[in-house]
Amino acid sequence: MSKFELSRRTLLQSSAAGLALLSSASLSRLAQAGNLTVGIVYVGPRDDFGWNQAHAVAAAALKDVPGVTVVEEENVPETIAAAKSMESMINLDGANLIFATSFGYYKPFVLDLAAKYPDVEFRHAAPLWTEGDPKNAGSYFGYLDQAHYVDAVAAGLSTTSNKLGFVAAKPIGTVLRNINSFLLGARKVNPDATVQVIFTGEWSMPVREAEAANALVDAGCDVLTCHVDGPKVVIETAESRGVKCCGHNASQAPLAPKGFITGAEYKWETIYKMFAADLAEGEPLPNFTGGGFDVDFVRNTPYGAGATEAAIAAADAARADVTAGKPIFVGPINKQDGTPLLAAGASFDNYEPSLDQTDYLIEGVTGSIT
Amino acid sequence: MAETTEAPGLTVQSGFLSELFDRFRRSAEFVVIPLLALIVSGVLFSIFLLLVGKSPADFFALVWRGGFGTSFSWQNTLVRSAPLIFTALCVAIPARLGLVIIGGEGALVLGGFAAATIAIPMIDWAPAYLLLGVMAIAAMMAGGIWIGIVGALRHYRGVNETIASLLMFYIAVSILNFFVEGALRDPSDPNKPSTKPLGADNMIGVIPGTDVHWGLLIGILLCCALYLLMNRTTFGFAAQIAGGNLRAAQAQGLPVGKLMVISCAIAGACAGLAGFFEVAAIHGKANASLIAGYGFTGILVSFLARHNPLVIVPVAIFLGGIAASGGLVQRRMDLPDATVLVLQGLLFLVILVSETFYGRLSFFRSKGAA
Repeated sequence: MSKFELSRRTLLQSSAAGLALLSSASLSRLAQAGNLTVGIVYVGPRDDFGWNQAHAVAAAALKDVPGVTVVEEENVPETIAAAKSMESMINLDGANLIFATSFGYYKPFVLDLAAKYPDVEFRHAAPLWTEGDPKNAGSYFGYLDQAHYVDAVAAGLSTTSNKLGFVAAKPIGTVLRNINSFLLGARKVNPDATVQVIFTGEWSMPVREAEAANALVDAGCDVLTCHVDGPKVVIETAESRGVKCCGHNASQAPLAPKGFITGAEYKWETIYKMFAADLAEGEPLPNFTGGGFDVDFVRNTPYGAGATEAAIAAADAARADVTAGKPIFVGPINKQDGTPLLAAGASFDNYEPSLDQTDYLIEGVTGSIT
Repeated sequence: MAETTEAPGLTVQSGFLSELFDRFRRSAEFVVIPLLALIVSGVLFSIFLLLVGKSPADFFALVWRGGFGTSFSWQNTLVRSAPLIFTALCVAIPARLGLVIIGGEGALVLGGFAAATIAIPMIDWAPAYLLLGVMAIAAMMAGGIWIGIVGALRHYRGVNETIASLLMFYIAVSILNFFVEGALRDPSDPNKPSTKPLGADNMIGVIPGTDVHWGLLIGILLCCALYLLMNRTTFGFAAQIAGGNLRAAQAQGLPVGKLMVISCAIAGACAGLAGFFEVAAIHGKANASLIAGYGFTGILVSFLARHNPLVIVPVAIFLGGIAASGGLVQRRMDLPDATVLVLQGLLFLVILVSETFYGRLSFFRSKGAA
């Protein structure tokens, strides 16, 4: 447990420092960045309408910062190829900051390279860095469940069947937390709402994602969302079946011109620009950086045609609440098996460390982890 | 005309010279045709590049720099070549019997899985050499049995070995996923399902002074050993007879079934070793990253090498270099990563077509034989 308390403390400190720096760092100061070369490695295509695109959008924003050169490589598998791509960026392109954006890059590849190249900074997009790992390595991540919560507030006012569908990849902590937060958002405005979840078992398995989306619509769900690497198939299936949808990771608004409500997006450019500014100032980069709306690390996709006036107003209000630190997890909440998670009146802080280890779904969610 | 007027002694000498020249001419076929094929595919690929508006000169310069131009590039290339040598042997050995095995990837996956699995109960007490030895044997047995089954199915049940080995690849992946995400999953890694890590002390190191693990050297030695087996032993001779004419081999009383099963088992053991090195030298555990496509690139290597184990080594290094340069090409020329796949595909096609020219070009025939 102590590990996570520590994580949380460093997290909040670094987030606060990041905010302070963001507000003070003007573009003119960034302009002194000199010769910073940033290498970004993606596990899939940059235009996947999902995880990789979210990073690529931020990379494009980073390219606009004067003095910063960005080199990118897509479809790099989580094998020795990842290590060699990063090394190639260092040796042949002179990269001094590497963003490794896929989970499996960290162990052993980022850790090995950080030890081998102590003058290069490595940052990895998942909360994996712990004390004892190289100081020139680190983690950055966004609390996307906050944005899913806001999505769900809009979704809860958009459903007529009170059934929301969730296509999920693997039953791991971050995914389960997003599902739970999605239910809580919907319940906030619509106490009758339920969330039905189907796990595909893979981060990217388009055929199964389509089957799951169709099954959810067949079961009566009239708003779909998802947590898979590339939500393209789920969103397109929802649109073709005539139900509404909320996005995930990046903007899928163009895929559903009729039914798109809003989406939960990472805003990596905040972190990328923050790190570039840090290095330009000669400041050390934080080893652990994470946050949600309050530090501008996540955002919602601009509302689509599927969002009603009432939904927009409620979602905007919910986002303002979360940004101000109002908790998402407010009791009474029971886990799916009936055991209490939070008593009436109790609540979790939005950065409650135990939520990182979520291994349960809450009452109101149908569908099984196993 | 001049020859007829020469002194008799000189005629004898020129006869000897022309015989030498003839010999040279006949063996030159095996160098000139592949070289021409390389040049033709280079030209075709240049046309492709020009069509998408990129400079072929830049491309080849970058391939040189990324694959062979610096000492880092060489190590990058060699690291990528090592698994290709093993998986190419998985194609080359059965090819001597006329079998086309394309499922080496399955043997690689199962070999890696078997190595990681047998290590689990031993990690805490076994010394590294014992652990690695047992792992290597387990990997070879798993791969050998897997492809051995393909050979047995072919001989005893008449099942097409190409299709069987390909389909068995999917079964191998399912076996890996079933256990790695279930019974053998290491609970300490909540997000990427993997087996228990070997630990840094038990990993295979690198060849001193390089970044390249010992698998490369073992692979080269294995190529030499299998070359001797297939070209200098009665086993290899019998296999070649069976590959040339199965019925004739049977009529001669050769144990064709045994030859097939043993050749396939040797082939599978080679691919299994590739999996062993992936686990013991790179990942330190078995997980979905084992499925990286080395088995499929190995098919290309073996065909380019005309199934000659000795030629496999330079061809694997050549293709490893193309793969190693893929990232640099992507970053500098803004070409999609599939570009090097197009080059590989063109190479494969042109080489296959060039196969049909062996023995048909009169230039390479000696005058007497023509």
